[in-house]
Amino acid sequence: MICRIKNSILMKRKKSQSEMENILKQFKPEKKELIHILHKVQSEQGFISPSAIFEISKYLRISEGEVYGVLTFYNAFTLEPKGKHTLTICMGTACHVRGAPAVLDEFSRQLDITAGQTTEDKYFTLETVNCVGACALGPIAITDGHYHGHVTTKEVKKIIDEVKEEKGKNRK
Amino acid sequence: MEKADRKRLNKLRANIIDSRDKEKTCITICGGTGCHAYGCVEIAQGFEDEIKSQKLSDKIDVRVTGCHGFCERGPIVVIQPEGFFYQRVESKDIKDIISETALGKKVLPRLLYKDPQTGEEIQKEKHVPFYKKQERIIFGRNGFIDPTDIKDYIALDGYKAVSKALFEMQPEGIISEVKKSGLRGRGGGGFLTGKKWEICRSSESSRKYIICNADEGDPGAYMDRSLLEGNPHSIIEGMIIGAYAIGASEGYIYVRLEYPLAVQNITLALEQAHEHGLLGKSILESGFDFNIHVFKGAGAFVSGEETSLMSSIEGRRAFPRQRPPYPADKGLWGKPTNINNVETWANVPLIIDKGADWYSQIGTETSKGTKIFSLVGKINNTGLVEVPMGMTLREIIYDIGGGIKEGKKFKAVQTGGPSGGCIPADMLDQPIDFDTLTRAGSIMGSGGMIVMDEENCMVDVARYFLKFTQEESCGKCVPCRVGTKQMVDILTRITEGKGDKKDIQRLQDLAETVKSGSLCGLGQTAPNPVLTTLRYFMNEYKAHIEQKSCPSLSCKDLIVYHIDPEKCVGCLLCKKNCPVDAISGERKEVHIIDQDLCIKCGACLDVCPEKVSAVSKHTGKEKERILKQHRKKKTEQ
Repeated sequence: MICRIKNSILMKRKKSQSEMENILKQFKPEKKELIHILHKVQSEQGFISPSAIFEISKYLRISEGEVYGVLTFYNAFTLEPKGKHTLTICMGTACHVRGAPAVLDEFSRQLDITAGQTTEDKYFTLETVNCVGACALGPIAITDGHYHGHVTTKEVKKIIDEVKEEKGKNRK
Repeated sequence: MEKADRKRLNKLRANIIDSRDKEKTCITICGGTGCHAYGCVEIAQGFEDEIKSQKLSDKIDVRVTGCHGFCERGPIVVIQPEGFFYQRVESKDIKDIISETALGKKVLPRLLYKDPQTGEEIQKEKHVPFYKKQERIIFGRNGFIDPTDIKDYIALDGYKAVSKALFEMQPEGIISEVKKSGLRGRGGGGFLTGKKWEICRSSESSRKYIICNADEGDPGAYMDRSLLEGNPHSIIEGMIIGAYAIGASEGYIYVRLEYPLAVQNITLALEQAHEHGLLGKSILESGFDFNIHVFKGAGAFVSGEETSLMSSIEGRRAFPRQRPPYPADKGLWGKPTNINNVETWANVPLIIDKGADWYSQIGTETSKGTKIFSLVGKINNTGLVEVPMGMTLREIIYDIGGGIKEGKKFKAVQTGGPSGGCIPADMLDQPIDFDTLTRAGSIMGSGGMIVMDEENCMVDVARYFLKFTQEESCGKCVPCRVGTKQMVDILTRITEGKGDKKDIQRLQDLAETVKSGSLCGLGQTAPNPVLTTLRYFMNEYKAHIEQKSCPSLSCKDLIVYHIDPEKCVGCLLCKKNCPVDAISGERKEVHIIDQDLCIKCGACLDVCPEKVSAVSKHTGKEKERILKQHRKKKTEQ
C-alpha cells in the first residue's frame, strides 16, 4: 500500500517535471526570460507551484527566493490554483464613479468571498482589475472573458446564475 | 515574400491602391475595445456570412477596423465610400444594411445618430457633433485600417516617413526636425522628445535601446490601447525612425498584460513588417538594422515608470532606480536607452512626413500638436477624442462630450490618472495644455479625463486614487510606502465620519513629504489628487469632518436611505429587491427600512418607480433625525 502511494507520488512528480521541462526548453536559460517563463507556466498550469519554482530556479541558476520574489511582485502570477470560472470586476476610475464599488460588494455578498478569493467549491474566483479600457461600458463585470456592461447591483445575481447555468449545460 | 527596398515599397503601395476599386462598397466595423465588448465580432461575422450566402463578395467588402473613438455608441458600422455612419448596430440590422445601404445606397434612418439637441439625423461621421471639433491627425486613420493587414497602412502612405528618414535625412536632421516640431512626451512628463533623443544619441556606446512604453496603467485612460490595437504600424514606423536617429539596434514594446488584443495585433504587425523588409537586417536595403520585441507586462502599475519598466524587461521586480544616471546614459542592461510613450511614437511619422512646420502650427505656444483624451465618467459621449492642444475643457466636455449624463451638474474633471488632480467647474474655460494643467495642480498625464458630477464625493475620489497608488506602491522607498498608507487611513477615516479637525493639516504635511521624498514618479505625484481636492473642494472635507455629512450623498457611512411614508404606495418593489430583507410592509402598506439591517446598497432607490420616488438618501442632521426616529420606534416595539 505504502509502496503504491509512494509510486503515485513519484509518478506525479515525474509528470510535472516533464511538463516543466517542456515549458522550460522553449526559453534560453537566461535570467531575463524569468517573466516570460512565469507567464507560460501560469497560463498552462493555472498557478505557479512550489515544484515549478524549484525547476525554474534550477534552470535559470538563480535562487528559489528570487523566483518567488519576482512572481509575488506581479499581479499576473498566483501561488494557488484559481476557480473554474473567474469573475473580474473593473475598479477603474470611470467604473468607480459610476458605482463599481457597490457592484463588487454585491458580488462579494452573493458569493460569500472577498476580491482575490475562490469559493470553497473551487467554482468561482472573484477578482478586481484596475481598468480594462472599456470605460464607455462602466461599471463592467467580466465572466471568463465575456464583458457585461453597465452592470447594476440588480443584475449581479443574473450574471452569477448565467455562469452557473453554463455549468448545467456542460454537464448535460 | 520578396523584401522591399525603397522603390519596391513605392511600387507595392501603387499596386495596392490600383488593385482596390475605390468605388466598391466596403462595410467597415469598428473593432475597438468598446465595440468588442458590445459584440462587434459577432456582427462582423454576421456580415461576412450574409455576404457569402448572398454571393455578394464581388460587390461588397467587409473590414474590421481600429477604434473610431465614439465608444458610447458602439458597435459602429461605417459604409464606405459614401461614409454613412451607423451606430448601436445589432445583428438584426445586418440584412437591412446590406440590402438597403450597401446595395440600394439608401440610408436607414433608425441607425443614424440623432443630435440630442436638435433631433436632426446625421448621415456622415464627420458631421456628428462628437467628431466636428476634433482634429484627428493620429486617430483618424484608425477607421480605414484593418490592423491585421499591413497593406491597408501602406496604402495610406504608411512607411513613407521611414523611407524618407532613411534615404533623405541624416540622424541629426531627424532629431532637429523633431525638436523643431515641439513634440513633447505624451506619457505624462511632457519632456521635449527631440531633446531626449539628442541626449541619447550623444551617449557613446556600441549598443543602444529604444522602448515603447505601452504599460498604460492609468485607470480610465485607454488611448494607447486603441492605437496599439487599431493602428500598430504607426507605432512601429515611429520607432524605426527613432532608432535610426538615436543609433539603436534593438527596441522593446512593453505592453500591459490586461490588453491581450493589443499584444496580438502588435505581434502580428511586427511579423508583417519583417516580411516586408521594414524590420530586421538592412531595412529597405538601407544598411540600417533594427529589431523590435514585444514584452508582455505582468500587472504592476509601477512598471509604467521608466526605470521600473527597464527592471521588468531585465526579468526582475519592477523597482525604480535612482536618477541620475538617466536612461539616456544608463538604461536597459546599463546601455543608453530612449523610452517614449505609444502616442509619442505615433506622432513621429507625421512630423517626418509632413514636416515640423506643419506640425507646429497645431497647438499652443508651448504644447504642439494634438492630444488624445479618453473622456469617461459621467459624460454623455464617452469615448476617445483627439483635439488640438489649447482647446478649453468646456469645449471638450460640452461640445464634444455632449455634457453631463442625465442633465446633472458638472462638479470636476480629473485629469492625469492617479498622478493628476481634480479641476473644478470655475476652471472650465482654461485652455488645456501641459503648462496650464500643471499650474492647476494637475498634470496632462497620459490623457485620462474623468468627468464627475454633483453625486461624486471629492473626498471619496481622493481616497480612491490614494488607495490605488498605495496598493501599487512597490515599497522600495519609505515616503511612498508608509506615507501613502497613512494618507489612505486618514482619508478613509474622514469618509467614515471619524475625521478630526487636525486631519486636514496632517494630510497636507504628509502630502508634501511624500511628494518631495519619494524615489520615483509614482510617489512624487501620488499626493496630487489629495492636494487638488483640498485646494478646490475644502468645503467637502470640512462637511465630512465637522458636520459628519457627505454633501454628495455618496459616502456610505454618512448616509441613510429613507422611505417617505407620504409618498410610498406599497408596491413591494423595493422590498422584493432588497438583498438583505431590511424592508418590511405588506402590499398597499407603507414600507419601512430597518436601518440596523440596511447595507446601503441603494437597490431600493434604483427600483422605486420614478413617478413615486419615495426612496431618498439623507446625510448630516437629517440622517441623525431619521436614525433617532428609527431607534425610538424600535424601543416602542
